[in-house]
Amino acid sequence: MSSQKQPSMQLTPEIGAQQVELLARLCNAMAVSGDEQEVRQIVLDEIQPYCDQVEVDGLGNVLAMHVGSQAQKVRVMIAAHMDEVGFMLTNDEGEGVFSFETVGGIDPRQLVGKAVIVGREHVPAVIGAKPIHLTTAEERKKALKVEELRIDLGPEGSSKAKVGDRATFATQLEALEPSIRAKALDNRLGVINLIELLRHAPENIDLLAAFTVQEEVGLRGARVAAYRFDPQIGMAIDATPAHDLPAYDVDVENTRYNTKLDHGPAIYLMDGATISDRRLAEWLMQTAEAEGIPYQIRQPNPGGTDAGAIHRARAGVPSISVSVPVRYAHSAASLIRQEDWANTLKLVYHALTRLTPEILS
Amino acid sequence: MTLDLLSHLKQMLSAPGLSAYEDPIRDIIAEAWRPLTDELSVSRVGSLHALKRGDGAEPRPKVLLSAHMDAIGLMVTAITDGFLHVTQVGGVDARILPGQLVTVHGRKELPGTVVMPPEFLLPPEVEKGAVPLQYLLVDVGLQPAEVEELVRVGDVVSFAQPPLELTGGAVAGHTLDNRASVAAVTHCLELLQRRKHAWDVWAVASAQEETNFAGAFTSPFAIQPDFAIALDVTFAKGPGSTDWRTVPLGKGVALAWGPNIHPALYEALTKTADELDIPYSPEPAPGMTGTDAAAIQIVQAGIPCLLVSTPLRYMHTPVEMVALKDIQRAGRLIAEFISGLPVDFMQTVEWK
Repeated sequence: MSSQKQPSMQLTPEIGAQQVELLARLCNAMAVSGDEQEVRQIVLDEIQPYCDQVEVDGLGNVLAMHVGSQAQKVRVMIAAHMDEVGFMLTNDEGEGVFSFETVGGIDPRQLVGKAVIVGREHVPAVIGAKPIHLTTAEERKKALKVEELRIDLGPEGSSKAKVGDRATFATQLEALEPSIRAKALDNRLGVINLIELLRHAPENIDLLAAFTVQEEVGLRGARVAAYRFDPQIGMAIDATPAHDLPAYDVDVENTRYNTKLDHGPAIYLMDGATISDRRLAEWLMQTAEAEGIPYQIRQPNPGGTDAGAIHRARAGVPSISVSVPVRYAHSAASLIRQEDWANTLKLVYHALTRLTPEILS
Repeated sequence: MTLDLLSHLKQMLSAPGLSAYEDPIRDIIAEAWRPLTDELSVSRVGSLHALKRGDGAEPRPKVLLSAHMDAIGLMVTAITDGFLHVTQVGGVDARILPGQLVTVHGRKELPGTVVMPPEFLLPPEVEKGAVPLQYLLVDVGLQPAEVEELVRVGDVVSFAQPPLELTGGAVAGHTLDNRASVAAVTHCLELLQRRKHAWDVWAVASAQEETNFAGAFTSPFAIQPDFAIALDVTFAKGPGSTDWRTVPLGKGVALAWGPNIHPALYEALTKTADELDIPYSPEPAPGMTGTDAAAIQIVQAGIPCLLVSTPLRYMHTPVEMVALKDIQRAGRLIAEFISGLPVDFMQTVEWK
């Protein structure tokens, strides 16, 4: 696909009502790994006017290119995964009751007593639990396992869903100043930030935007997207856990918070999949300091982003990740601060505008 | 009428009303019952009383319909760094809580989420298992200073899961226990608009059933009924619940049988159901029922009781599920039973 490109907006991208509305549409959509169509369609509709070239590859990645007008450009790939964790129906037990399996990393303790939506039609359903009255105190100490839980669509549900259908949490986004609560903020925040970067694409780079599939099941989309784009620099923009809660023993300091809300974008130096390129880390931190944008270093920890696949593509791609800190990722209701989101977008945008080929020399 | 009943039910499922904090739900029920009854009042402990007069000669006999309106939920016990610690109001299995949407009733209503801290912040003995309520927190998405300003220890926290319409006429939501039964009473009162009945009907939306039966012990004392019908929900068969204590969902009401129930009243009620082909499951209740009937029965010198239940899946979770037609059946059975009561009915109720 190609299109008549509109000139990109030269102003710094900002977060306003329009962005919150788009984030709501992105978060409320269902895109469980392997079936990202709902989000893919929103992305295609939003970015088409701002790109020189847009295509959907063999795995379902949206690969969009904005060619800068200046000479001496760097080819920068930015990846944001479209997929979310969720469920797949595995067996129809009759009368609208289905067994299911999780897709991606979900703690089964997050599932009990939740409203979910099933399939492209978003058929409402619930994951129930045995009434407390019928359980023993001993039973209530044990966490329920996925194989003990069912998705229940109501007595005629078997006509509305089938084995293989995807499902996810039914939570609708709510903007609760100064926060936002929604499902799938990991990683619709990355998706919307990449959309905004395309709309405001700097002319000093070739922006190679990869809206990737299947991150949650093994960084699979990013691997092939990086091969296709053959970039000089790779960056994953994602959401990373903020474990900034008090410990059960209030006298114990929480030293493993990973990131904290209200402390700005999280720059990665090392995670379970990638050791970030030091030149890129310097570039981001210098940008933040020059622009007066707060930032934090994500605590070196396991976990990973699309950068884990990008940096080993072809003959190697210097790569880094920047994430919005998010509490309670991979649950029915995750939470961010709007300010952290805005600052993450601002940091990446300003970093890109400062980018010159010298960074790699 | 079906549509009205569904929107009435959904309106109730969208309202808070924890035990002893029933004002919001009581207002909704009063609004629905006002046009259907002759007198409304509120008891000393907050139960709603509605009288629909019969057409028999005075002094008329009285039947009490008791459906509790209160909800289970949480209450704030402490605040740390802007996170709320909570305890339960009524019976809550802590395993259903992580990720639940709630409303914190502070100096204003605050949307919040119950959250399970990451494992490394929990004591080692619980990090992999079910996390007890004492370690769960509520996050209202505000800065700690603002939380301190708006929330106090003792503020109540209600479930905020919006109601859902599922396939096959099923409805899911929080507090269907026992707003399903309140809807059944509403339906009964509606049907009685067009039916003659000799008896006075006292409809009560009772308070504090989930904690201490304060409503069920006190309303019968004030009303002094000749007999009472408690309406509640009971365990429907479903995933994880299949034993003798469960009845099918959507296949009729459950009529309890046991020491809380007067056998002659039971016989009369099942006779009405049989005659009208209203489907029901007999529900063995060998001990105390855990419903208003258990309290009403021993008020004053003793009140003969019946218990009519709507089958419900996933009790005491925010996704409780009922079939709308079971609610209609409960309302219709009771309306038919009441309209068929002769003035001297109690004289025929005998121990034998």
